[in-house]
Amino acid sequence: MLRDITLGQYYPADSVIHKLDPRVKLSAAMIYIISLFCCKGIAAFFAATVFLITVIKLSKVPFQFMVKGLKAIVVLMLLTAVFNLFLTPGKPLVSFLIFTITEEGLKNAVFMAVRLTYLILGTSVMTLTTTPNGLTDGLEKSLSPLNKIGVPVHVIAMIMSIALRFIPILIEETDKIMKAQMARGADFETGNLIRKVKNMIPLLVPLFVSAFRRADELAMAMEARCYNGGEGRTKMKPLRYQAKDRIAYLILFGYFAAVIVCRIFLPWPA
Amino acid sequence: MSIILDKVNYVYGEGTAYQTQALSDINLELKDGQFIGIIGHTGSGKSTLIQHLNGLIKATSGAIYFNGQDIYDEDFDLRELRNRVGLVFQYPEHQLFETTIFDDVCFGPKNQGLSKGEAGLRAFEALRSVGMPESLYYQSPFDLSGGQKRRTAIAGVLAMKPEVLILDEPTAGLDPAGRDEILDLIAAMHKERGMTVILVSHSMEDVAKYVERIIVMNQGRVMYDDAPKEVFRHYKELESVGLAAPQVTYLMHELKERGLNVNTEATTVLEAYESLLGVLRKGRA
Repeated sequence: MLRDITLGQYYPADSVIHKLDPRVKLSAAMIYIISLFCCKGIAAFFAATVFLITVIKLSKVPFQFMVKGLKAIVVLMLLTAVFNLFLTPGKPLVSFLIFTITEEGLKNAVFMAVRLTYLILGTSVMTLTTTPNGLTDGLEKSLSPLNKIGVPVHVIAMIMSIALRFIPILIEETDKIMKAQMARGADFETGNLIRKVKNMIPLLVPLFVSAFRRADELAMAMEARCYNGGEGRTKMKPLRYQAKDRIAYLILFGYFAAVIVCRIFLPWPA
Repeated sequence: MSIILDKVNYVYGEGTAYQTQALSDINLELKDGQFIGIIGHTGSGKSTLIQHLNGLIKATSGAIYFNGQDIYDEDFDLRELRNRVGLVFQYPEHQLFETTIFDDVCFGPKNQGLSKGEAGLRAFEALRSVGMPESLYYQSPFDLSGGQKRRTAIAGVLAMKPEVLILDEPTAGLDPAGRDEILDLIAAMHKERGMTVILVSHSMEDVAKYVERIIVMNQGRVMYDDAPKEVFRHYKELESVGLAAPQVTYLMHELKERGLNVNTEATTVLEAYESLLGVLRKGRA
């Protein structure tokens, strides 16, 4: 039941995308998001679509995995589409009762829905093809210049990787405690809201206790191995750009340039 | 009256990258009043199997019958099943949550719909049977030692008076004294109350000493299902799947090889002792 959470889920496969440096994938995700909001006109969206489909195909991750992430934002997408559809002023197309659908509204609604879908799919490709550890490593390295102005980049990266690491552990723990209490006749499904919240106590108390216990144990284990922050710490597998990463950057900038060119010269339908 | 498993299959994470077949084609009949041991290597499917027995996990395919009723029937009451099949999980002390030990043990009986008085009575009885000193009844469960916590958690299931008691590695992480105490307690329950006990373990010594039937699991399948003596006769095959026979079995085989006519089927220290004594006496006479 709880295993269905896909947040930050990694899909192991042997593909070009998987092997790219996490920094490339981080910047690619960011540039892709920016490009989506620079998009104007069919041509630019076509470029974005081609780019996305190529990357998904290259990643060898089954498409249904990406779609799983979309389920979470269906409501948000519908709301945005509906608001755009009815509340954009402009040339009226259809009108009934107090509602008016304008040409601009229809266009906005469609583009917004496409944008949101691509945004989720694009970031899903990144999280599905990069291990959580790879992501935090990449983030740490990319942000390391901020160290100079006093931002504790290493600490933030460490907190992030521990948090990510603990998500599946805590989900498993929740599952286990839930089952143990169900074996003792606990009921987590029926009853009104207050009853349900009260029924959660036998789950939440042991969960908190175990979370604190695990945190304690982890801190102890880190200290026992002489962990004392990022100062002078080296990596077993330091991130280094390779030829394929440079090529990926080139393709990425090529794509971004294409979107900008399309926006300037082919902004139809504006 | 029994639990029957008919061609039970279970697949973890179906349709994901991590799909694994945890159980394949399990056919078992667990008769009333038996003391059964389930052994198997880590990941052999034993924990998955026992969670099927009280309906916490639904089989991907196959059927389970409790006293002749299909537990996956629409109108079958799973909560009633869980009242009658008590399951003590691995490290059960992690499920304690109440402010006092006594209240925690009352949780199960209260969920069964018993009155406060009745639930309290059950709790007293269960706590006494696991040998908890009365002075601790109103302390926080989080202040107890590991062994005491475990006993409290076991009492929490016993207080529901199940007909079938399943224990998943009840002695994991306990010292030898604590281990013997828990196992002796379980054996005594089995004798006094005549309940079916299913003990999951990977300690052959524990299993050989107490149970009358052993089910060996390997890679989601039942490898052997027989009396301990019969199962440990296959000690070489057991080794090949990462298990082993009790140490005395090895000793007896070794002695036999060196020309001493001992009983190689001895699985407990006591049996080995008697067999050795017999042979040595004969030798002297």
